[in-house]
This record gives sequence, C-alpha cells and structure tokens, in this order.
Amino acid sequence: MCFDVKRLYALALGPVLMLMSLVSTGVWASESERSTVNMTAGVTEVGQQIYDLHMLILWICTIIGLLVFGVMFYSIYAHRKSKGAKASSFHESTSVEIAWTVVPFLILIVMAVPATKTLIEVYSFDDADLDIMVTGYQWKWKYEYLTDEGERVSFFSNLRTPQSEIGNTEAKGEHYLLEVDEPLVIPVNAKVRFLLTANDVIHSWWVPELAVKKDAIPGFINEAWTRPLKEGIYRGQCAELCGKDHGFMPIVVNVVSQEEYQTWLATKQGEAAQVKELMAQTFTLDELVERGKGVYERSCLACHGAKGEGGVGKAIAASAIATGEISGHLDVSIDGVPGTAMQAFGGQLNDVDMAAVITYQRNAFGNNMGDLVQPIDVFNHKKG
Amino acid sequence: MGDHHHGPAKGLTRWITTTNHKDIGSMYLWFSFAMFILGGAFAMIIRAELFQPGLQLVEPGFFNQMTTMHGLVMVFGAIMPSFVGLANWMIPMMIGAPDMALPRMNNLSFWILPPSFIMLACTLFMDGGAPQAGWTFYAPLSTTYAPPSVTFFIFSVHLLGVSSIMGSINIIATVMNLRAPGMTYMKMPLFVWTWLITAFLLVAVMPVLAGAVTMMLMDVHFGTSFFSAAGGGDPVLFQHVFWFFGHPEVYIIILPAFGVVSQIIPTFSRKRLFGYDSMVYATASIAFLSFIVWAHHMFTVGMPVAGELFFMYATMLIAVPTGVKVFNWVTTMWRGSLTFETPMMFSIGFLILFTIGGFTGLMLAIAPVDFQYHDSYFVVAHFHYVMVAGAIFSMSAAIYYWLPKWCGRMYNEKMGQLHFWVSFVGFNLAFFPQHFVGLAGMPRRIPDYALQFTDFNMMSSIGAFIYGAAQILFLYNVIATIVSGKPTSEEKTWEGAEGLEWTVATPAPYHTFETPPPVK
Repeated sequence: MCFDVKRLYALALGPVLMLMSLVSTGVWASESERSTVNMTAGVTEVGQQIYDLHMLILWICTIIGLLVFGVMFYSIYAHRKSKGAKASSFHESTSVEIAWTVVPFLILIVMAVPATKTLIEVYSFDDADLDIMVTGYQWKWKYEYLTDEGERVSFFSNLRTPQSEIGNTEAKGEHYLLEVDEPLVIPVNAKVRFLLTANDVIHSWWVPELAVKKDAIPGFINEAWTRPLKEGIYRGQCAELCGKDHGFMPIVVNVVSQEEYQTWLATKQGEAAQVKELMAQTFTLDELVERGKGVYERSCLACHGAKGEGGVGKAIAASAIATGEISGHLDVSIDGVPGTAMQAFGGQLNDVDMAAVITYQRNAFGNNMGDLVQPIDVFNHKKG
Repeated sequence: MGDHHHGPAKGLTRWITTTNHKDIGSMYLWFSFAMFILGGAFAMIIRAELFQPGLQLVEPGFFNQMTTMHGLVMVFGAIMPSFVGLANWMIPMMIGAPDMALPRMNNLSFWILPPSFIMLACTLFMDGGAPQAGWTFYAPLSTTYAPPSVTFFIFSVHLLGVSSIMGSINIIATVMNLRAPGMTYMKMPLFVWTWLITAFLLVAVMPVLAGAVTMMLMDVHFGTSFFSAAGGGDPVLFQHVFWFFGHPEVYIIILPAFGVVSQIIPTFSRKRLFGYDSMVYATASIAFLSFIVWAHHMFTVGMPVAGELFFMYATMLIAVPTGVKVFNWVTTMWRGSLTFETPMMFSIGFLILFTIGGFTGLMLAIAPVDFQYHDSYFVVAHFHYVMVAGAIFSMSAAIYYWLPKWCGRMYNEKMGQLHFWVSFVGFNLAFFPQHFVGLAGMPRRIPDYALQFTDFNMMSSIGAFIYGAAQILFLYNVIATIVSGKPTSEEKTWEGAEGLEWTVATPAPYHTFETPPPVK
C-alpha cells in the first residue's frame, strides 16, 4: 500500500497550526477590545488572573502536545515499513514509566498552586461596597439594589432586540441579542457583590469581562463578586439552559464613575418614591392611557403587536378579554396563562403601570371601552 | 456430534430468538448505527439553524428538543450499544470462550433497546414535544417545567439502564468464568480488560441514574419535592446524583475505545504494546478516579471552596493515568514497522484528537478558569473531541479492523482512507472553531447568537455537514464489503495481529472455540 507523504504532513500540520493560531491570536486579546478567538482578560484583577492561568495551562498543554505529537510524527515518518523499518522488540521500562508518571504529576502541582490562589480570591465575598440581588426569570433578569438608605431600586432587564431582527425581516444591529432595555449600572472601582437566585428554573449569570459566572438557583442564594477597574458597557448572556428563550436573555452592565452612579441611583430612587406616591392616587382616563401606552410598548408590544393585532400572543384589538369584564382582564395580566407564553406580570409591573396598561388596552386599538382601572383596583385584586 | 454443529435458524426468528453472541453483536452494531444516523440527523438540524445568526429553520423550543435528543440518542443509542456490540463479538473470541456466559439474558438485553428508543423517539410527536432540558436534564426544567412527554423519557431511561446492567453483568460473568485455560487476567487482551472495568462502572452507576429519574418521576406525578426548594428539596441534588452517574459514564464510553486502540496500534506497528501492565493499572486508576470527580461539572453551582478544591485536584489527577496511556501508544509506535491501513489511520486520528480533548479537559478542571469556560462552546468542543474523535473514531477503526474476520470479505481500502480523511477534516472544521467561539463568550444550547460568532459558526456547520456525509460513505463501504467485498480466508487478516480471534477461520464460523484453545 502506498501513501502520499504529503498527506501525512498535512495530518501533522493541521492541528498544530490550529493550536498555534489559537495561541498567537490569544496574545492580541489583551490589547483589542474583546477577542473573537480567545478568553477575555476583562476589566477586573480576578479576570486577569483567570486569563493568565488559562494562558499558562494552554502553553503547557501546547508544549507537551508538540513534544508528544513530534515523537509520534517522527515515528510515522521514520519507522514506516515502506522505508524498510524493522520492528524492534523493546517493551516495558520501569524507569521510563516512573518518569512519565512523576513528571506530569509535578507539572500538575505547578498548575494547582496559582489555581488555588485564584480560586480563594474568587471566593472572597467579604467587604462589598454594594450588594445587588439578581433574580433569573424565564427569560429576563431582575436587579434589586440592596441599599440601606432611600427607596429600594429594582427593575427588570429585558432583551431589546426586536423580533423583526431575530426573524430576519430587518437588518441586525451591532449588539444583536446582546442589548437590553435597562442595563445594570454599577460604579467603577467598587467591590460589587451579587446575590443570585431564580424565580423558576436554574439560570446562570455570566459576564465574561467581569469574570463572573454563577448559577441562579430557585430557592437558594448564591454569591459572586466583581470589582471593575474600567468604565464601559459589558455584555453577557444566561449560561444555563433555562427553556425556550434561554438564548434571548442577555445581560448588559454599565460601569460608570462613582458620581455618575450616585446621580443615576438618586434618579431611580426618586422614581421609586414617585411610584409609591402614585399608588395612592386616582387618575383620569387620559393620564392612565398616556402612561399605559409606554408600558405597553415596553412589556406587551413584542408579543401582541404595535396595533394590538397579535403575533406570538393573541390579538388584543377586539379581544374577549380586553372588551370583557375588568376582573378577567386583571386575572390574565397579573397571573398570566400557564402553559403559554403569557407571563404573570403581577410581579413585574407595579400597580400603577398595571392599572395604566390595562386601561390603555381597553381604550386603544378600537376597543373604546371607556372604563378605567385605578392602582387601588389592582392592589385589591391582588389581595383577592 | 452432528446436532451440535447446527447453524442459525432461518428468517426473522433467527434474530428474535438468537442467543449467539455474534448474532447479538451484529444486531447491537446495526442498531447503534441506525441511532448514529438518527442522532446525526438531529445534529444536522442544529448546525443548519446555527449556520447563520437569526432564526431560520426551527423554533427555539424545537431547537432545545433537538439538542436534548441529539445528546441522548448519541450517548445511549449510538456509542454505548456500539461498544456492547463489539464486546459481544470480540470478548468470547478473544478469551477463547464458546459464547457469552448468559446467552438468553444477552438476547433480552438487546431486545429491550429498540422499544426503549422507539418510545423516546415518539416523544417528538407528542403534545408539548420531546424533552427539552438537554441530555443532562437538570431539574426543575426537566420536572416542573417539562412537557408531559418527560414521563416517557423516564421510562425509556429505565429500560436503557436495565439493558446496560444486564449487558454488563453478562460481560463480567463471561470474563470471570469463560476464559480458556491458561488465559490469566494479565494475559487478557486490553480490549477485554477495558471492557471488564467498564462493566463494573456500568453496574455501579446505572442504578444511580435510575434513582435520579425515579425521583424526577415522583416529583412530576406524586407530589414529592426531591428537586424543588419550595418543598424542602434541592435542584442541585439532582446535579450531584446525575453527575455521580454522568462522570463515570464518560469513562464508560471512552475506556472500551482505549481498548480498541490498544489492540490496533501494536498490530500496525508490528510490535507489542509497550507497557501492558501499566495500561491495565492506568485503566483501573481512571475508573477509580471517575467516581470522585463528578462535581467538576458543577463548579458554578455555589459549592463551598473546599469542595471546589477537592474536585479540582482529583480531576487534575486523571491527567496522570491518561498521560500514561498516550505515552504508551506513542512508545509502541516508536521504532515499530508502521503501515497505515484504515484502522491505523483512525487510531492515529484518535490519538491526536483525543489528546487535544484531554488537554482541554485539563483546562476545564482548573476551577477558577472553569468559571469562564463553563457552559460555553468551549465545553461543547471539548467533549466532542472526546466523544466523536475518541469514541466514534475508535469505533470506526474497530469496524475496519475486525470486519474481514466477521464476514470473510475485505473492505475497500481506498474508500476507507477517504472515509478517514473526510471525517478527519470535517470533524476538525466542525469542532475546532467551537473552542474559539466558546472562549469568546458564546454559551452552549442557544438557537441564535450574537454577530461576532458568525464566521466560526458557519465553518462549524460546514464541517459538520462534511463529517455527516463521510458517515454515509462509511455505511456504503460496510454494506458493499458484506455484499460483494473481495473474499478473504486468511485467518490472520493483518500481518502484525496477535490474539485468539486471529486463530479461528475467516469468516468466523457461527460457533467458535467449542473446545478451549491452547493459550501460550
């Protein structure tokens, strides 16, 4: 049987070249924004340590690989029968076998020492400057700032990429699938501790540049922390399969200066206080419709369409629910419809927004019911 | 005596009632190939959807069904049964036994498989679709949030478990009791050794899997809360139990592959295996370690740091016996007299690609770095290097190696070489770029991705289609060999082959070693 030597070179070179390209492009990673071929070192000290460990082990593996494959390919080249090679009969050598057991063991120790140090660093949760509760929902994230003073700031962060881009009817934007309606905002240089849990199934909160990945598990609270050293916008995704739209619940973290963060927080706290006040107020139909339009666009439009014509969700225009009893409308909006894409919005919208959006739905899209729902009605309905 | 040498029954009855290890081995092999095609079809759907960003072909929910079914069918339907089939054919012939020790149970353990997989496949057509929680089916996505078909999935897994346990008991009983006189344990071919150890792993962990799915069944239908915190349970418990099965499972898949390669490399090097004893000990060490590393799949669930450190160190240790194996194979080739027939090509392919998979495995073992790798495409690349280039390449090698002995006909060498090269190129094109997208931040199990991952995903899909096409070539070559391959009656197909299977006639008669052979 005759074999083309060139083909064997190709066999030899293929994986080696690929490994080398992986390694060499990896070097660029620390300079460019975010590599498309290698792990990011990110913007934290821990991230840098993790990246260094990754490169250390990659290099060790590459060198061992080159040695082992080198010996093998030399053998393939020189010890082939077609070149008249005669098989020798050597086998078993206690000293060689001890050597290739002990040497790898020593190399492992070299890897284990820095790995242990970094791991202990990853697990140092104490002395955080800011605590943020992160809750995974099917399929969005909720952030709650556990601040001691002022109103508690809490909001949901939803995918902002429109269905039309996902369905290929419109050109995809720069941050396709990695953009949200409201990003998490944290201050630069501060130690931020995340407390993670989930509302339904297991999710996993992953932002590569912050070097954080931690599972959000329903019924349990996990900890993670980061200290970003550079301002910027960092993007990540849910990393644990969590059902249908697992691929559509991104994470965006906006790292800003301390002053900017304080201003942002004050604004959000002001809004929260305002909502609290609004809860007790009575609104006119026009006020509710105006507010409800905004809520609809944020929370309902993706499934129910801009004109209430339906889509993933049912049509709202002339629907039996939106033109029927108010209590039925409240039921569906607050508790959702189990087994369908219609979520329970009772925990996601505050009572003012809920009242407003229901009122809007009953008076838009040609529904013209003329009736309205006040925040207190929502409150009472929830109480049963 | 005449009655004793009867041939097989005729027609369909032969296959349903057979207790012959060769018949059962063939059925296992054909069944696993059918599952390989089915699981491959699922993979093609996955790769077609991922060819470009955006949703083109399937809904996200169906995509999740595809990833789930692809994993389940490939692991439980293609890889595991294929090695059981190989064990059925080869173990009796390698140890000089007339058949398996428990032939009727052997028949039953095969015939449980088809109904079990028909049931699993049927879930695709049920209301709510097939299971969608991934082949690792983490609770509560696989319990509270699962479609109704999960119950059928649970029963299917139960049946697979029963089949595997029976198959393993049979292998253990055969190896322990039916070795020809003089065939001591330390003279057994390595394929037999690796399977003996694999069988013990299977007997130990399949009941654990059965326990996990039974708890799921209870949670779904009988109001228990094993995996629900609301009722005092713990979703992470599921992961511990699953991976206590799942990690040894990885070695269940790869150890017989080690065995195959340890048979083939010496043959085509015309030189005995460098360190037989150390290979046996390395296999046993890997098997032992496989029981104490399961939580390295769970570094991000929030284990205490002491737990992380234990599982990290234990996992890193596996590199030592695995290294011993790789060094042994390379040293066996060293100063041999090498030829490169198809089985050898697949074994060399195995050696290179499995080693790369081993390296990425070592990287994944480093707990702090795993926080970045975990559940990304880096993991997908890693385990396909081990599963496809490890298990399936070695399976292809095994088929080419023993097919002439089985059917007395030689396969087409040129087509075999072509199969290897197309598989090798397609495989690497499909899976090497997945390392890059994983490191760059692409999570696994997503039907759509951000734009920076586009190029590598496109390459990956093209590679996957090429690899898939190569397997059709394989099927054609095997069928063409059986039907019209060049007849061969040489007892020893390969010049450098050693072992009892090469002392029987070619093609191997229906009954071999009715009287035990002499063992040197």
